[in-house]
Parts: sequence; C-alpha cells; structure tokens
Amino acid sequence: MSEIALSRLKETFGEAILETHSYLGDDTAVVAPEQWRNVCRFLREDSVLQFDMFIDLCGVDYPDREPRMEVVAHLVSTTKNHRVRIKTRVGDSEMDGAELDSVTSIWPGADWLEREVYDMSGVTFRGHPDLRRILMYPEFVGHPLRKDYPAQKTQPLVPYRTEEEAGLPLEKLAPFREDEGMSFGRKDWTRSHGEPVTGDGVGLRSGGSHGAD
Amino acid sequence: MSETTGGHRTVTLDGNEAGFATTKLDALLNWARKNSLFQYPFATACCGMEFFSVAGPKYDIARFGAEAPRFSPRQADLLWVVGTISQRQAPVLRRIYEQMMEPKWVMAFGTCASCGGFYDNYTTVPGIDKIIPCDVYIPGCPPRPEAVLDGLMLLQAKITHGNRTPEIVKPREDPAQKYGNGSPSQNSNVTVRRSKGGEIIGGGHS
Repeated sequence: MSEIALSRLKETFGEAILETHSYLGDDTAVVAPEQWRNVCRFLREDSVLQFDMFIDLCGVDYPDREPRMEVVAHLVSTTKNHRVRIKTRVGDSEMDGAELDSVTSIWPGADWLEREVYDMSGVTFRGHPDLRRILMYPEFVGHPLRKDYPAQKTQPLVPYRTEEEAGLPLEKLAPFREDEGMSFGRKDWTRSHGEPVTGDGVGLRSGGSHGAD
Repeated sequence: MSETTGGHRTVTLDGNEAGFATTKLDALLNWARKNSLFQYPFATACCGMEFFSVAGPKYDIARFGAEAPRFSPRQADLLWVVGTISQRQAPVLRRIYEQMMEPKWVMAFGTCASCGGFYDNYTTVPGIDKIIPCDVYIPGCPPRPEAVLDGLMLLQAKITHGNRTPEIVKPREDPAQKYGNGSPSQNSNVTVRRSKGGEIIGGGHS
C-alpha cells in the first residue's frame, strides 16, 4: 500500500516522528506527544493525505516501558482511500504526565473515543469539551484497562446479597481456569510483577465481545 | 361454606354434583397465576434475540398464558432478565424488581444473567442472584427457545406447588441419542419429557 502518509509525515515533522513501520499494508507512525495535535491537523488538512475520518482511538498499557501508555489512533481518508495508524506514548510508571492535546476540534468524532481512553486508561486530554467517564459509572475508582488494575476486582453499585439472604451458595465459579484457557494466561500485574508482561501480543485492549462490552 | 384445615382454606360449594368443581383456594389461585404470567422483559444483550423468538409465533409462549409483555413493573408478575447485567445496570434492575407487585417471580435467561458467563471482570454482575432473588435459571449462551419453554414450564410447576427454591433447567435427553443411531427425522415423533420423582414437570399440555 501507499506509504505516502509516512513519507509526508517524516519530511514535514522530522524528529517528531519517532519511528515508522509498514507491515502487511498497515502504515504506522509513532509521534512525539508534544506534536500530537499538529500531526493530526496536518493529516487532516494536507491536500495529498486528507484523512477526514477518525476511526478509533485506544490506550494500550505497557507497564514495563517508559513512557508507559501508548495511545493509538486509526485514520481513514474517504476521498483518497487510504489509512494510517498513529501512535504516541505518554505517562511515566505512575502515569504522571499522561496528558495529550485533544483532537476533537479536528475530528468531532474523537469526542467519545477520547472519553473512553480517559475512562479506561486514564489519559487526560487537554482541551476536551466534556472529559468525564463514558463507560464506567462516576463512582468507579481507577482505570480498569491499566495492567495494574486487578483482573477480578469489581466495584458493585448495589451491595451483593449475602448467602443467608439468598438461602443458597452464591460463590462465583470462574468459567475458565486461572489461565483463561490461553497460553499467556490472565495476568494479575500486582501479583506477577517479577514476570514481565511485554510484547505486542500481550498488550491487550478490551477484546471485542458479542453482545455487550 | 368454608373451613380451614392445615393452613389451607377449603371452599366447598353446595349444589348438584354436576356443574361444580371443588378445590383449595390456594390451588385455584396458583393455577390462575401460573397460566397468566404477565412478563417484564429486561432484555440487555444477545439473549434478547432468543427471547423474541420464544415470544414470537413459532415457539409462542402465549400457549402458556405468558404472552402479555408489560413495560411497567407494576403490572408484571414475571421478570425476565435477558442478558448480561453490568454493574452500572444493577441499581436499575433492583429498582425494577422492587417496583413489581407481589407475588412476583424472576427468571435468569441465559448464562450471563445466571452467573455472569465469561464476563469475569470489573464490568459485570456475576449473576443476578447477587442483587435480586431468582426462581429459575436457564443456562445457554444463548439458550435455545426449547430450553426457555422448559424454564417456563418449570416455573409453572413451581408456582403450582408454591415452591420458591431456585432451580436450574436441566438439559433434555436427546431422543436421537437415546433411541439409537436413526436420523433425527425418523425420531421426530419421539417426545421426551423430563420427570422428577415420577412427576412430569410442565405436564398438562401437549
């Protein structure tokens, strides 16, 4: 596929494009977080690129890296019929400084996606018109898709009935074993900190699930 | 004329032998209740599709007197919890349950409503029995309409006997496996009814 977006970015932003790769037709550029908004505006407005559609935005947590949180955006040009993926990396090991400029003024469709990344991963978007949780409830503490959020921790809004009230055992039988039936298993980061969770295959975002998510 | 025996009020009607039936008032009420279940479908996920199928003309829960969906909990007897309940929805579900008039029954439709299914994480209530009482659990992801009908008949049997112990719909025997290696079409007339203690559950209809 065309790597025109990558070459245009490199000649325009130079050092701010930290790395690029193109694998199986997917063009990816990693940009410096300070230039995030400028890169986005350029991608949208450049007459050759014209990325007019904001497809998706997500946060990917790599607890061993510094900066730790990767923010990934997918763009499409409906007029030029090409795609690009841009990434940036923010936040130290405690997620301090995990801030980015909002791109809602460039693509209004980024509004709810930035709220989702804020909710799930805890990245703050400067200049967002209404930055609050979108999926979880306001009472929820923490950001569930960070690796240091315990995998089985719940924060019920309604206190659970006791077994005396219910008159029957209510313990939850996990549908799968500890490893979730997958070779890499379910990792509770706080428990398995000696064992690094790295590699692209393990940096999981919420998986697509049929019905509800 | 009425007399009270063993906690049950027995009503005996005077008159000719023909033209009258005598019964216990409780039994009469339970018979009426089990055959006129007004339902509140709380459909949140993919199981909703199977609920539409059961409610539609092919499987037709109208045969069991349960055809009238009421979208006000005040008018409903039976709460169908159809699909995944997230932590965020839990207060809504409990409020709807509390708004329903007694007597009321609850069905957990599908694995997610029964135990949370494969959603074993921060977002999902691991079974509606954690927040409200539940009478019948219908496993399946989603359950087939036949399993739902089994669940409904199981609930009717429970209402008949005034039994509020939660129960799970058991898998049916597969006639094709039970009666040898014949093709399903050969055995299409075989009807297998699940029985418990010699009593046919959900009997009385054919």
